Amino acid sequence: MSEIQYRVAKNVKDACAAMAAAKGKGYILAGGTDLLVQMKSGTREPGVIVDVKKIPEMVSIVEKNGAFTVGAATPAAVIGEHKKLKKTWPGVVEAINLIGSTQVQGRASAGGNLCNASPAADSVPAMVAAGVVANIAGPKGKRSVPVEKFCAGPGKTNLKTGEILVSLTFPKRGKDASDAYLRLIPRTEMDIAVVGCGVSLTMKGDTVKDARVSLGAVAPTVLLVDKAAKALIGSKLEDKALDAAAQACSDACTPIDDKRGTIRYRTKIAGVLLKRAALIARDRINGIEHRGHR
Amino acid sequence: MPDGSPNPKYKWIGTRPDRPDGADKVTGRARFGADFNLPGQLIGKVLRSPHPHAIIKSIDTSKAEALAGVKAVVTAKDFPEQANLIVPTGEMQVNLRDITRNIMAREKALYEGHPVAAVAAVSEAIAKQALALIKVDYKVLPHVIDVADAMKPNAPVLHDGMITEGVNPPPTKASNIAKRVEFNKGDAKAGFAEAEIVIERDYSTQAVHQGYIEPHAALASAAEDGQVQVWSTTQGHFQVRGFCAKLLNLDTSQIRVTATEIGGGFGGKTVVYLEPLAIRLSQKTGKPVKMTMTREEVFRASGPAPGGNVKVRIGAKKDGRIVAAECTVEMQAGAFPGSPVGPACMCSYACYDIDNVHIVGFDVVSNRPKVAAYRAPGAPISAWAVESTLDILAQQLKMDPIDLRLKNAAKKGTKTAYGVTFNTIGMVETLEAAKSSEHYKSKPKPGYARGVAAGFWFNVGADSSAAAHVGEDGSVTVISGNPDIGGSRASLALMAAEELGVDYDKVRPVIADTASIGFNFVTGGSRVTFATGLAVVNSVRDLIRECKVRAAKIWNVDPEAVMWENGMAKPAGSNVGEFEPLTLAALAAQAGKTGGPINGHAQLNVTGAGPGFGVHVCDVKVDNDTGCVTVGRYTAAQDVGTAIHPSYVEGQLQGGAVQGIGWALNEEYIYNAKGKLDNPGFLDYRMPVASDLPMIETILVEVPNPTHPYGVRGVGEVPIIPPLAAVGNAVARATGVRMTDLPISPPRLSAALDAAAPKMAAD
Ligand SMILES: Cc1cc2nc3c(=O)[nH]c(=O)nc-3n(C[C@H](O)[C@H](O)[C@H](O)COP(=O)(O)OP(=O)(O)OC[C@H]3O[C@@H](n4cnc5c(N)ncnc54)[C@H](O)[C@@H]3O)c2cc1C
Repeated sequence: MSEIQYRVAKNVKDACAAMAAAKGKGYILAGGTDLLVQMKSGTREPGVIVDVKKIPEMVSIVEKNGAFTVGAATPAAVIGEHKKLKKTWPGVVEAINLIGSTQVQGRASAGGNLCNASPAADSVPAMVAAGVVANIAGPKGKRSVPVEKFCAGPGKTNLKTGEILVSLTFPKRGKDASDAYLRLIPRTEMDIAVVGCGVSLTMKGDTVKDARVSLGAVAPTVLLVDKAAKALIGSKLEDKALDAAAQACSDACTPIDDKRGTIRYRTKIAGVLLKRAALIARDRINGIEHRGHR
Repeated sequence: MPDGSPNPKYKWIGTRPDRPDGADKVTGRARFGADFNLPGQLIGKVLRSPHPHAIIKSIDTSKAEALAGVKAVVTAKDFPEQANLIVPTGEMQVNLRDITRNIMAREKALYEGHPVAAVAAVSEAIAKQALALIKVDYKVLPHVIDVADAMKPNAPVLHDGMITEGVNPPPTKASNIAKRVEFNKGDAKAGFAEAEIVIERDYSTQAVHQGYIEPHAALASAAEDGQVQVWSTTQGHFQVRGFCAKLLNLDTSQIRVTATEIGGGFGGKTVVYLEPLAIRLSQKTGKPVKMTMTREEVFRASGPAPGGNVKVRIGAKKDGRIVAAECTVEMQAGAFPGSPVGPACMCSYACYDIDNVHIVGFDVVSNRPKVAAYRAPGAPISAWAVESTLDILAQQLKMDPIDLRLKNAAKKGTKTAYGVTFNTIGMVETLEAAKSSEHYKSKPKPGYARGVAAGFWFNVGADSSAAAHVGEDGSVTVISGNPDIGGSRASLALMAAEELGVDYDKVRPVIADTASIGFNFVTGGSRVTFATGLAVVNSVRDLIRECKVRAAKIWNVDPEAVMWENGMAKPAGSNVGEFEPLTLAALAAQAGKTGGPINGHAQLNVTGAGPGFGVHVCDVKVDNDTGCVTVGRYTAAQDVGTAIHPSYVEGQLQGGAVQGIGWALNEEYIYNAKGKLDNPGFLDYRMPVASDLPMIETILVEVPNPTHPYGVRGVGEVPIIPPLAAVGNAVARATGVRMTDLPISPPRLSAALDAAAPKMAAD
């Protein structure tokens, strides 16, 4: 076994420099709830570990003109306690708060969830539906990409050597809008999504003005399902529209048969969750509270 | 301090004091297997077969041995060949010839994860590097995982010379069927001819792991003079000693094994995996060797419980009286013979008094890890099938499922299909307790439906030794030799305190190593509180006898003139004379003058274990779109004999129920097409988590075992038997769809619901 260096970065520039110098053997340490598990099992063998939790902008939540920028390493528990963020983006916050258990929540971050690039990551479909933007810094400066463009495949991001995810920006939101995230797991917690579905709605009266729909765990990366959104837009979420959107979700799935679920099951559940999530998002706009995971 | 026993006969029995090991466990002071270390120790690691079935043509260890920091490598060559000899291990039987092959593959690797070599090195990192340097030349063979496939005539055969036992005349060709067993009572054929309703179904279950939190761990130190010490997390340190002595050609007296605190076993720690390897590596290096399994190794290579296929046929009269019953059980043994198919067959109908029964079982090997005991080995599998079928019968006869079982319940005098006639048992009382429970009397909550199932387990006695020593100040140490998994130290101390008439706090129960107390059979078969409890009671009685002798000496009277009451020696009658009572402290103070230290001993082969019966009631809600099952309410009723420490009895019922619910809903070994286990971790091997479950309610039905001074029955195994069918029956009543294959996981239930939907719509 080779040596591992552990570094605490003071600022974003520092972190990028350390990552660039590590030449592909560097790993950012946010909460470590993926990284440490992977090191233990031998699937990741870092040469340098760069801890970013001492960088203020990476562990804080800032509101500006109605938009929220959340530091990539901000612990899930901190996000869950941010009342305004939770009120504005209840679906994303509930997705982040589904990760692991109380203990895991104290460490796990949305940035880590995204950078780990699992197709089953819980916060990612919710962020994709929400239209969240990922803010990246690297040796060549800063850039921003929509979350749905961040991952390249299972375990792979589009980050270049030396680049890190700094923060996630949630767009401004009106009162007539809300979101929801549902996942299917065979247990009630400490499990990995067989299917995850995020829905974000903007309503005008009882008609859907705008919608975004996203699915996790049904393809190599999290999907933005435009066809499903289109089926919802202009509807009053009547059965016909929901059935069409559910069908679009099922059609978008290219899942695998594995220990976690069959193709048949995942394809079906994608539609089931879409319908339920859309109705929860609408309820929230109408001031009806919801808690739950399926 | 407890308030006193709810049972007027007793002062201590039935109270709920803190367990003697409790404080250490909650503060982190308790030391489990992997917490033991010795100066200069090496770390041992195992190289495991990546193939489910392969001939080992050669093993080249030279590169590994040459790596700096590597101190020894062992392979099968380092372990002597063993005779074809069956020995008991817990509730199962093993063949020494197989055991030596299971700890280290010889001719063939028989499952993915089968050990083929082990190294000892100065660090874990170097040991792992060394494993990668060992070159094994395999000839990969076709593999077989499924039992039904393994029984086919053209299946790849695991053991060339294996001729099915129990078949007359014996087959001429080797097969994967190790054994056929059969049990008969009455005339099943005639019984079915009499039946007015006959129900027949096929069922299956998957292999499940015991899921103990603590992985296997052992530390061994072999000295220059041949003496060996071992620290191991085990349910039976005497069995570790016995197996290691045989596997390494040592005298048992040369090996001293200390059982560490244990983080769960459930039957899975009644066998050896690491201990003989650690000893052999220590012998070769002259240094202590420590070995621990990873969770993945635990899943791939330590005994799961088998899966099985069961065919059931039950015939009854219209009034619900069962007149004939049959079942056939095909059970996974893993890579070597020895599945618990016998107990599965024997338990299948043991809850019921049926005149005509015919049961057949097959013990079948396949390319899976060798199965080990798991709480009531085998019984949950046959009970899943029988109790589901009884539910169908109850539905078709429109009978209450408890009433159907009451109509057929076994009682004192009932003769079982395996030949035993029951003494006092509590099946009827347990059914009645479940029936009159608040849970059963109240309607399920809206959206929920209810299932009921029962279960039976023998419980065992076997060999136990115990000693009771009085200290100089009159406090007492009670010494026994069974690792404490479920609070047995508390129960042993309670019985000793009751018998001796002293406070619980004055009795310290300890578990001695193999050199410090006589032989004790494993902690298994729900035997410790019963059998070792009896040994403790007898050792205390021996101590009291000795105390009376000492008092008699002090008073200069006959020992018969002394009686023992409330922890004191007193004159047995007024004619003896006027003497101040002598406490243990007073006797201890004068012990030097009356004959030396005051101790009591007992050693027994305990028979008369009282069988136990459980009846579980389960309410579930099914999400028809997703196939997800929610258990909303659950009650476990059981005849527990006398509950010595009720909290730990309740804990056994709750733990067993939870494991059974996991077995029913999500737990399963998943093999891929290459014969490799796909889910060797707790993320994808889904045991229930706390939030999946309601509080498990318990009803302790106290029907004392007449053969035990305090009426103790074993309680630890029965509660895992009923949950599989209790859950399945509730799901059937919630959905109208009868699941016959476990687990009832969301994808499976969803597929079954969708398949049934058109038919149900048409009906
Ligand atoms: C018990 C348990 C339960 C879990 N349950 C869930 C669950 O229910 N749902 C779920 O989705 N996940 C779950 N996870 C996985 C994990 O907790 C989440 O993915 C979590 O969000 C990861 O965040 P982290 O901050 O701990 O990431 P880390 O482990 O610190 O990082 C994850 C990966 O991303 C990289 N990385 C992190 N931050 C950055 C950055 N800013 N820039 C570039 N690269 C970065 C790291 O180098 C690493 O490769 C669970 C994990 C455990 C141990």
